[in-house]
Amino acid sequence: MNKFLTDTALPFCKGCGHSQVAQYTEKALQNLNYDPMDVVMVTDIGCHGIIDKSFTTHTVHGLHGRSVALGSGVSAGLNNPNKKVIVFIGDGGATIGMQHLIDAAHNGFNMTVLIHNNMLYGMTGGQPSEFTPFGFKTPTLPEGAKEAGYDICKLIAAAGASYVSRVMGIGDFSAQLTEAFSKKGFSLVEVMEICPSYGVKSNPGMKLSKLVEEAGLEIKVFADNKNSFYQTEIKENRKSLFSKEDAIPTKYENKLKKPLRFMLCGSAGEGTQVAAEFLLKAGMLSGLHATKKGSYPVTVGVGFSAAEIILSPDEILYTGSPNPDVVCVTSQDGLDYARNTIRNMSGGKLLIDSSLEIPETKAEVSAFPFREKVGIRNSSIYSIFYYLKNSELIPIDSLVDVFNESKISKKLDIAKMLDF
Amino acid sequence: MIVNKKESRLLHDGSKLIVESLVQSGADIFIGYPITPANLLYLYSHKRFPTFIAAPDEITTLQWMCGFATTGKIPVTATSFPGFALMLESVNMALMMELPMVVVLVQRLGPATGTATCGSQGDLALLNGGISGGFSLPTISISKMEDCWTMSNKALKMAVELRSPVILLTSKEEVMTQASFDIAGLPLLKPIKNNYYSGKAIYQPYKPGKNLVPEFLAVSNKNHQVRITASTHNQDGIIQGTTAAGMDNTKRLESKIINNLDKFTFYEYNKQEGAEKLLIAYGITAAASREAIKTLRENGEKVSLLIPKTLLPVPPIYIEIIEKYQKVVIAEENLGGQYRKILFGVYGNNKVKGVNGIAKLITPSEIMEEISR
Repeated sequence: MNKFLTDTALPFCKGCGHSQVAQYTEKALQNLNYDPMDVVMVTDIGCHGIIDKSFTTHTVHGLHGRSVALGSGVSAGLNNPNKKVIVFIGDGGATIGMQHLIDAAHNGFNMTVLIHNNMLYGMTGGQPSEFTPFGFKTPTLPEGAKEAGYDICKLIAAAGASYVSRVMGIGDFSAQLTEAFSKKGFSLVEVMEICPSYGVKSNPGMKLSKLVEEAGLEIKVFADNKNSFYQTEIKENRKSLFSKEDAIPTKYENKLKKPLRFMLCGSAGEGTQVAAEFLLKAGMLSGLHATKKGSYPVTVGVGFSAAEIILSPDEILYTGSPNPDVVCVTSQDGLDYARNTIRNMSGGKLLIDSSLEIPETKAEVSAFPFREKVGIRNSSIYSIFYYLKNSELIPIDSLVDVFNESKISKKLDIAKMLDF
Repeated sequence: MIVNKKESRLLHDGSKLIVESLVQSGADIFIGYPITPANLLYLYSHKRFPTFIAAPDEITTLQWMCGFATTGKIPVTATSFPGFALMLESVNMALMMELPMVVVLVQRLGPATGTATCGSQGDLALLNGGISGGFSLPTISISKMEDCWTMSNKALKMAVELRSPVILLTSKEEVMTQASFDIAGLPLLKPIKNNYYSGKAIYQPYKPGKNLVPEFLAVSNKNHQVRITASTHNQDGIIQGTTAAGMDNTKRLESKIINNLDKFTFYEYNKQEGAEKLLIAYGITAAASREAIKTLRENGEKVSLLIPKTLLPVPPIYIEIIEKYQKVVIAEENLGGQYRKILFGVYGNNKVKGVNGIAKLITPSEIMEEISR
């Protein structure tokens, strides 16, 4: 008596191996005494996928080739080895979703995949798949496949599955399915079939067993070596990303009457982003609103590194700085990055390392040997100290506080930062 | 001059607020594949979410999210266009399956891989047409730091209450720019939960419940069979052709969003009495627009500002507001004006002007120039 299948007729063509897969799945699940409510059948597109309505288990029906990934998510979400996730997929779906198969085996998701391999796309007219064996003909490949198909069992065994086997879709293979379903972790069974509508007609007289043998597809167990499985880690009550210790209370007064737009331009590895953050925090300690936009290439360890900083007594709405009040350049990369901005400055200040050529600009220029005085790695931070010392818009003590609370203070003497 | 004595100011970026808000709102799991400029969201999620899983690609990301959602978990991911393009078929699947989830889409300059480190507002047209058949993909936008907190919560609430994927639309500068920000004023958030079926009768997974939204059961439950499917289906979750039962269910997917849209309509309308001009901006360009409006009003110009946060589907109130004005300016960081075309079509309208550009933030002066023209 059926427990996992309804009593209505299966929806497949006469002679199609898909019916056997469904019936022996029923038998194997009965062998293992599963409750249908502990089983989730995951299917996708292809003839095999119309089986859903015939199962009394939970069913999830997804996109072509993605049922293994979808089933992986179901399995990891259930996070319960007593539940059984079974994925039905065709050779077409396995071709599209090859990475999902390798990935699920590699991760050891608790599930069994049954590949219904009839060596062609049955639902769309009999086109070949990557599983079509050498010489096998289909309606759109009458000359026969020129290459061998994938040996999926070897691939998935190599990817780390708990259990992999290939069976002929003729005769009773429920024992092999029982074996696969009983394994913890990822198991896969490839069922060799021939499509009665397209495979038989295109290859008259061909015997499935002979075809499989000639294709070198061994009928055997490829892997049966472990029972470990993926467990979803759940960490409840994790620490908030907001920490009271990170609060920056106002401690100093500032002399800023209007927003200050400050652009800091240096090189990767020379502390530009850290220096910009220091200036931001110093501004906050002095009661100002502050924003910082960082710019750097995707290869973060090389090339320019720039930051646009705004310090303002009023709320900052727009965070862009098309016309900065101050541009501070500490390296050639920084100069190359900021050259156009500097050229377009109609006033304001340009602080620039003495080693660099001074570009054409209407800004008031101050050259200072940042790199020479403190070394290239600290030149950006030093330039910020230099700026605050000379501008007096916010007290340099605020920057000293920020510096002293940072990790850099353990490696670098503050006295060096205040020596001009 | 001391302008701010508060003790609770922190230095933040938007990513941190978004992640903290989503977790406090009840999101269970972040599944992601790294992509610039969404990497801070990935990083914070790794530190904060109860469960974090690194996926091998973006298709897998969405498939795993759907799988987790069938078991009752509420998943989140963050990506940018190249990743989102791969996710799109699966987003369609989540919509059809009615699985709640939030996708944080951080816009960057395209086409294709474009410039990963440059912000943009270039994906709205894709979102507007991203569901095959003209169905609405709810899209909520962030327009300032507070929105990272409040709109993330609303997006998750909308996803769970309407059982739908929801896009939380941002751009590079909104999630990466650091800013002084006082968290003391942020509202407390409560975890949002799935609305579980508790009846004794046979469970019909797609039977319209309150407000057309079906009640939920996970595939882990022992009492009722659950059928979830991406193909056209009836209330039982049985695959159909274009039967009446199948089409009723499919059409309900859209009615469900539209009928409940008023509960999830979020916008700021800064109306100035006597103004005949209206500025509309969303996302990163809202910041430049706020500044432009402030300066224009200081200069004596009368102008109102509409900042839509629920971008899609378009709430009818926006049309009511627009109709009150003689001139409407829509500022967006893209070519051609994507929201402008969604609101007014390609044919356009004489009273509507766009301020558009790519590869840099739209400036307040560009906006002011068009408004004053």
